[in-house]
Amino acid sequence: MTSSPRNISSLHRADAALLWTLRGLAAVAGIVVVLIVVFLVLESLPALRSIGLLRFLRDQSWYPLSDQFNMMPMVAGSLAVTLGAIVLATPLGIGSALFCRYYAPRPIADFYRGIVQVLAGIPSVVFGFWGLVVWVPLVTQSLLAGILILALMILPTIALLAETSLAAVPVLYERGAAALGLTRWAMIRRVMLPAARSGIVTSIILAIGRAIGETMAVVMVCGNVVQLPDSLFAPIRTLTANIALEMSYAGEAHRSALFVSGLLLMFIVVLLVAVAQWISKESDHA
Amino acid sequence: MHPLRFITALFVSLLATITLTACGGGGGSANDGGLSGKLVITGSSTCAPVISEAAKRFEQLHPGVRIDVQTGGSGRGIADVGKGTAQIGMASRALKDAEKQTLSAHPFASDGVCIILHKSNPVTELTSEQIVAFYTGQTTNWKDVGGKDAAITVVNKAEGRATLEVFLEFFKLKNPDIKPAVIVGENEHAIKTVVGDVNAIGYVSIGTAEYSAGSGTAIKLLPAGGIPATTKALADGKFPISRPLILVTKPQTNPLTKAFIDYCQSKEIHDLIASQYFVPASR
Repeated sequence: MTSSPRNISSLHRADAALLWTLRGLAAVAGIVVVLIVVFLVLESLPALRSIGLLRFLRDQSWYPLSDQFNMMPMVAGSLAVTLGAIVLATPLGIGSALFCRYYAPRPIADFYRGIVQVLAGIPSVVFGFWGLVVWVPLVTQSLLAGILILALMILPTIALLAETSLAAVPVLYERGAAALGLTRWAMIRRVMLPAARSGIVTSIILAIGRAIGETMAVVMVCGNVVQLPDSLFAPIRTLTANIALEMSYAGEAHRSALFVSGLLLMFIVVLLVAVAQWISKESDHA
Repeated sequence: MHPLRFITALFVSLLATITLTACGGGGGSANDGGLSGKLVITGSSTCAPVISEAAKRFEQLHPGVRIDVQTGGSGRGIADVGKGTAQIGMASRALKDAEKQTLSAHPFASDGVCIILHKSNPVTELTSEQIVAFYTGQTTNWKDVGGKDAAITVVNKAEGRATLEVFLEFFKLKNPDIKPAVIVGENEHAIKTVVGDVNAIGYVSIGTAEYSAGSGTAIKLLPAGGIPATTKALADGKFPISRPLILVTKPQTNPLTKAFIDYCQSKEIHDLIASQYFVPASR
């Protein structure tokens, strides 16, 4: 490699090309999201016009062919099953990351990490079928069955990403803590976890996104009855299950009403991401 | 299952488009029998999967023919033929007397629904009143109909499904009055649910149920009004929980319309009818 001016200028040109390629790719990713939202809004508009937003919140229940359009039980269902799964999977996921990184001997840690990666790759329809055959006979098709299956599905997301962010903490922190004579648990609790906090929060946000968007497994184990869940053993229907169950045979008005569930889901996800970002910003300031 | 089916449908239609374009270029005149022109078919989404596949085959046999199949419910199909915006309507019910005055019906298949229980359930027959009582939540325990002392798990179908419509119509029920414990989509999903719950009651297309029970799945098919639930009884027109799938036209039809209707009533599409778990209409 020589360092003639010509080379430097061509480096600049390469940089510019790279810059514009990256800008283009970023624009594509952004535009796709915008286009999907526009599509959802356009498809929902006929229903929102003829039925009105309020009836989606206040009708007696959801029987679109009998002119009842309340979606709130399904919003509650989606939120309940997601919340339950996160509450179960977060401690398990972080625990598994800590085990892998600080407690397990190297060969066991590598083997265990491999297993978790396989868990991440199992298709959701397999989880659903397994849930239907193994869990449902024990807990019936219910909110609880959905929570258990979803918790398993999002566990690898939290475990793998939390471990990655723990690994990204500068090694000096670990040595410093050791030099101070801290026990391993004190080092993890006082030094490593706080330093890796934003990465761990991100892993939980991604897990929430996967849980709330999951469809196939949830359709198979949750029972899909439209009602506000009054116990863990009550069947529920999520917004995604609603679309999957009814879309393929829906007439025009019904179809448009189903797109309102999609729009609502999108809205909830945006809200969750905003809240999560706010939390992680707050915790950075603290 | 849905996305998969959608992707398959997309792929098949893409493939069909490509093949058709290729045929058009080659001017395949070997087999067209002089038929050409365009047909518009609208109506029932229950019939559409069979008819649109039949239409693709028909187009391949007769390269000069273009057939456009749209869904929108039986009502739309019948109305469109009346208005003349479609040459053929698809309907998943018999014509009403008033409609018979101006239109003619051409049945091509029957769709039947039967009640299924877990194979180990000791109950072997239920009356219509008992089934209605189950589904409306008036009877909630199997011991009330001579079964075990166990709560009944009522399995219902999601709105828009053809099986749900047949079921509601036969038992004179309204969907909001049903108190289900589980709501399912596909027939397969209903069967898996009943297999996984010994106290469940559900209903599915007879064809699917017969196939599953025949291949060793732990379900049993209940007779209706003393008639055993078999595709044979359905084909003979004896099984009561059923409805005809028909094509609707004006009494006077042009040769192309007539040729397509004959094709849909021929053995050529029996495999398509079977693939949707319907049975061919007896002629």
